[in-house]
Formats: sequence, structure tokens, C-alpha cells
Amino acid sequence: MSQVFDIDFGEHRKSKIVGIDLGTTNSLVAYMDHTGPKVIPGADGELLVPSIVSYTDGQFVVGNAARTLLIEQPERTVYSVKRLMGRGVGDIKEEIGLFPFRLASDSEQVIKLQLGEKTLTPPEISAQVLAELKRNAEEALGTPITQAVITVPAYFNDAQRQATKDAGRLAGLEVLRLVNEPTAASLAYGLDKRQNGVVAVYDLGGGTFDISILRLHDGIFEVLATNGDTHLGGDDIDNRLLRIALEDIQSEWGEDLSKNGEAVQLLRRAVIHAKEQLSYVPFVHIQFEYGARQYHRQITRELFESLITDIVDRTLGPCRQCIADSGVSIDDIDEVVMVGGSTRIPMVRRAVEVLFKAKPHTELNPDEVVALGAAVQAGILSGDVEDKLLLDVTPLSLGIEIMGGVVNKIIHRNSTIPASATETFTTAVDGQRNVLIHVLQGERELVKDCRSLARFDLKDIDPMPAGAPRIEVRFLIDANGILSVTARDARTGKEQTVEVKPSYGLTDEQVEAMILESIEKAEDDFAQRQVREARVEADNILAATEKARASDAWLELTEEERQKASDAVNQLLLAYHAEDHHLIRAKIDELNEATMTLAENMMNTAVRAALKGTKIDA
Amino acid sequence: MDYFEILGIDRRLSLDVDFLQKRFYQLSREYHPDRFASKPAAERAQAEQKSALLNDAWRTLRDPLQRIEYLLKLEGLDVVEQRTKDVPPELLEEVFELNMALEEARMGDEDARGELAGMRDHFLQLRQAIDAELQQLSAEYDAAPGSPKLQQIRGVMNRRSYIRNLVNEVEKELAPSGQNTPA
Repeated sequence: MSQVFDIDFGEHRKSKIVGIDLGTTNSLVAYMDHTGPKVIPGADGELLVPSIVSYTDGQFVVGNAARTLLIEQPERTVYSVKRLMGRGVGDIKEEIGLFPFRLASDSEQVIKLQLGEKTLTPPEISAQVLAELKRNAEEALGTPITQAVITVPAYFNDAQRQATKDAGRLAGLEVLRLVNEPTAASLAYGLDKRQNGVVAVYDLGGGTFDISILRLHDGIFEVLATNGDTHLGGDDIDNRLLRIALEDIQSEWGEDLSKNGEAVQLLRRAVIHAKEQLSYVPFVHIQFEYGARQYHRQITRELFESLITDIVDRTLGPCRQCIADSGVSIDDIDEVVMVGGSTRIPMVRRAVEVLFKAKPHTELNPDEVVALGAAVQAGILSGDVEDKLLLDVTPLSLGIEIMGGVVNKIIHRNSTIPASATETFTTAVDGQRNVLIHVLQGERELVKDCRSLARFDLKDIDPMPAGAPRIEVRFLIDANGILSVTARDARTGKEQTVEVKPSYGLTDEQVEAMILESIEKAEDDFAQRQVREARVEADNILAATEKARASDAWLELTEEERQKASDAVNQLLLAYHAEDHHLIRAKIDELNEATMTLAENMMNTAVRAALKGTKIDA
Repeated sequence: MDYFEILGIDRRLSLDVDFLQKRFYQLSREYHPDRFASKPAAERAQAEQKSALLNDAWRTLRDPLQRIEYLLKLEGLDVVEQRTKDVPPELLEEVFELNMALEEARMGDEDARGELAGMRDHFLQLRQAIDAELQQLSAEYDAAPGSPKLQQIRGVMNRRSYIRNLVNEVEKELAPSGQNTPA
């Protein structure tokens, strides 16, 4: 009867690529099916996974579950870690004052945060969020997920992008592409609403602001210009409301709560709730209870708007610059698409409407649209979406240090990526073997005003008189917005060794070491799970044996059989607390064997009882 | 492969930018790394190089001045950055006046600022005339390509670069203090 079918699973076996929006406040994972992009919910049914990570009882907890821990165990829990990605300790003085980040004592070149007894870098923490999204997707799609498109703020610099890519690798994901968030949003939008024209995307999220202007042309999404601020978002509004509430409380209660982690998180939650309500109602009450004391304050939308005017205004400068750089006039912009939770604030919408002289589009869910766009990009990479193509730009100019601490720009901002530039270098001293190239990102003229990206050391140059060597260095910004550098001797054509010393973030070796460590950890986790499973099994058989000992079947055994069974129970109880699932299982098997007759007797009793028509507990 | 070759066009100075854009979009669909995501690493790297070259080409050739500079470079005639000392003879008198006004403005003379603004406008007009001249020369080169014409174009480009620097200098002086004007 059996027949061999030759089924082609090719289409189904092709591994799925997911799209991930790794946000400051919330993260989402989406994928593309034949009907279009879809957001994948977590185990709790929620689409938004809060980007909160807690390390408790030797385990990581992520998302909504970690939200509670933020209040119960604030010293083990962290949020808004995206603000620290790719940054140095010197950069984050401002953040440290506003966020409960606990810097580990050995934070020098790389920021490290303390979560309870654990010390972690921002990419490692973000990796936990990514791993959670990966699990959600695997659960929902029923297949292992190893490849992803991850979105980043358009205005992220090289180090911030690299850090995001590192986080992906640490989470066991091959990051096929980093896509700029506003560009991703435009993909989802263009899929839905518009085929041709000029579109501006205004993206104000939890911690970052981006503005991009794109030309849509028969499936080509060409970014004309982008601008932004990687430290501007809803967090800033929350912090402002929080500070006011803390000051109020100090004067009313005579108590400074700002050092009390639990109280601050509860209060923060209350002001965020108030802020969100204010987008829909003209006034709200901030309600806060702590230690049997109450704080209560009414805030009108009017007052709220006066408090955040400067924050909203800070988005307008980048918008104007972006319009100027795009080469289109405001009147040429057909539509403005609003992205990010903070664009629900009516004042933000008004400001955008006034500047762009167009009513902003708000019909797409601003929380989901970036993840949906990332899924479309995943579809483009897998070949499932054939007619769409994104042409993105680099947000910041790339330059090299020249004499006098001046930056010579070699790739200008808003250049379509991949983009490249070739420069020729030579030596200054006879016999010089190395040339150091300092690469920077930024728009200013002086080295001290730009952001140091890396130092590239051209090594093993043939010794020659000064000025004779000609080393051709090629700078390439790839489609992810990440720089790579290659060099060759222009006379011989020989590849030249380039040693990279990143100014911020992790070296490749450090990431590799972390991945190795996480694999070891994964093995530990696996072993622990097996121990837990073995214990559950032991619990079951111990409970069953206990029950049998109280029955008639136990009395039918010989003294020797009873002794054997009791010994086996004791042996298992002894093994139970050892961290060795092999041992536990061995003892379970022994107990099984020792209680074989007992089980048979039980069965017979049950059969007899059944024949008699009496009910018994099996 | 040079910028003209990757876009599949002749080495010309007058180009139809709309046509160029269409060609750019069409070739982007072919070369963009997104199209090679599931291909072997070597093919991906090659696509990246090609796509970068295409983008560099489009960015350079769509702008008439960058296009001229690029072609001059291809033909071995680099445009040299003009220093303020090497004054083209025909501008000697005007540059002298300008320097006087700059000096006075730096001393805090408000009248000189007005004078500077007038001179800036004058130089901007000169620059416009040069741009028209370059357009004319570009058409002549395309009709009969040759080294003498390129030499002539290079001379005009140098003059333009000199005037651009003058305008920048004046604008820096006129801008409210502490603010940098973008180059």
C-alpha cells in the first residue's frame, strides 16, 4: 500500500527571513506571507514587546514580563538601552542623569551595565530582546529563524549600526540588512497607499527622531535626503514630566524620591499614562500612591504643550535641513507620513502640518509600520518581492583627518549607498612602514567637532624615500551604512594590510568571544532544562509510588519487594537535588523496575474492581 | 570601468539628466546588493562594488560641474584648487577692492558690510555668466571633442573655483558671528 511521493518542498523549505523593529521603547517582529506583511505576536498575544530586559534568578526576562520586574527589581532591570548603542562612556553623561543606567566599574572603552550580579554591554542586552523576538517568530512560524532584517534610526552613525549588527549576531541572527526606520515605513506605506510622488517620513519614536524625504517611482524608493537626532524622543517628554512630579512630591511630602528606584519607576509609569491620555482628552490627572501617601495633579493639554514646545521644536531644524538637502521644495512634497508613538501627540501633528503645509498621514499604525516595512525588505531580499527596490543614503558625511586637525570629506551625506571613494596616501618620512588614517563622521570642519569612527593602520609599506609610495585606499559604505576599507599599493597592485581600530564599540574578536560564551551558556541552559524535566518526571513517579503504598496492592508484595521499592524511592530522593539529569533518570529507571510488581498488582486490583463495578482511584 | 561606462553612455559633457535618471533606476534594479542576498559571497561582493560604482557615477554625472571635473580628471587634466593669492589678471582690480572692504568690515565698519553684500552679488553674477559659458563650451566639446577645448574648459573652471572661494569668504564675513556657512 505504501507509495513513494516525490514532493518538492523547495518553496517551504526556504528559510524565512523576518523583519525586526528594534525600538527604544518597544520592539516588534514581522514577516511577509503571500497576503502581505504581518506582525507576529508574543506568547502573551501582544504585538509590542517592550524593550525591557531583566536578569533574575539566573535567567533573562524580556518584554511585558520584565516590565513588572522594572518596578520590583529595578537594579536588575534595564530599558531604553538603544540610547547607549555604539556610544562611549563620555557620550552618555546626560543619559546617566536621566535614566537609571548602572554603569559597571570597568566601563572604559565599551559601556557595560550592571544587571544584578551580571555585567553586560548594550549589544548583549539588545541581543536578549532580539532573541525573544526570534523565539516568538519561531513559535508562530514553526521553523527555526536564522536571518533577519533589522531597522535602525536613519541618523545612526557607523558605530551605532555596527553595535546593532553585533546584537543580531549575539542573538544568533544573521543580519542580512540594516534598514533605516523611516525608509522601512515608506516601504509599508508605499505598498499600501502610493506608487509615485515625493513623500516625507517624520519618525518620532521613544528615543530617536528621523526625517527622510523620498521619491517613489514605479517601485523604486529613492531616499533623497535624511536628517535627525538620535537622542530625541518620547523618553525626553517622559523625563520632563517625571522631573516635575518628583519636584512636586519633594515639596509636598518633604521627601526626595529620585533615588528610590521602585518609586521612580511607578511614578514614571503614571506620567507616561498621563502623557498618552493627553493625546485624546483635554486634561488628565496624574495619580500616584507610594508608602500610603498620595500625589495627585491635574495637567491640561495646554500646560503639557507648553512643557514640550522646545522638544517638538527640536525636530523642525532637521526637517528644514532635510528639505534643503533633498533638492525639492516644500510644495513638491506630496505627503507626510507619521511614524513612531510620539506622533500621536496633537502638538507634534500640528507642527508638522504647519512646516510641510500638508496634513500628515496618520492612518497607518505608527507603532507597527516600521516592522511591517522591515518584513517587506525581508521579502525583497528573499526574492519574494520582486518589483520593489530601496535606494537609501548615508546620513552623515565621511571624512579623513588632514593637516591641522581638519576633516577632508570624501563621501558626502545623502549619498546613495553603497557609495565609495578612493584616496591615495603616501609617506612623510624616508623608510616609513606604516600610515595611520583617521576616519571621522560628521558635518563639521574640524576633527574635534566630528565623531571619530576608526583609525586604519596601513601596514608593511615597502621602505622607500618619503612621498614615493602610493597607497590607494578605497572607502566603501555598504547598503547597511557601514564602512569598510581596503588598500592596495598603486605601483605593484598588491593588497595592503589594513588594521582597524574602532573608536567605539566592540572589536570583531570581542563579539566572537561573546558568541562563544553565549553558546556555552546555551549549553548550560540546555543542561538545566534537562535537569528540570527529569525532576518533573521524578515528581510524577514518586507521587504514584506514594499513592500505591497506601493501597492494597502494596500489602500484596513480599517484605523483600517492599524493601526494594522503599530503597529505590530513597535513592531517587537523594539524586533529586543533584544537578545531574543522567543520575536522576537512572534512579527513576531503578524505581520503575523495583515497583514493577507493585504496578502489576495495582493494575490487577483495578481490573478486579472494574469487573465488580466498583469505582476506584487509578 | 569609469562612470560613463557603468551607465552605458558616451563620454559627453551635455547630458539629459532625466534620461540618466531612468538609466540609473533601471541599472539599480540589476546591480543593487538586495538582488544578490541569497547568492554566494563572491557574487555579493561584486554586486556591491558595481552598485557603489553606479551610485558614485549617478551622483557625479548628474551635476554639470562635477561632470566636467570628472571628465577633466579622466583626461588627465585636474582642476587645481585656486588659492586666493593667484589672482586671475582680469579680476585684479575687483579683488583688490574686495580685500579692502573685507578689511574694513573686520575692523567693525558697518558701511563696509553693505559694500560687501553688493560685491557678493556682483561675484554671484559673474559666476552665473561663467556657468553659461561652461554650458556653451560643453556643447562645443561634445560636437568636436579634443584636448584644446578641454584646456579652455579647465581655465574657465579654475576661474569659477576662484570666484566661489571669494563668495564663500564674503559670506563667512557677512554671516552672524559664531555661525559657519556650509561650504
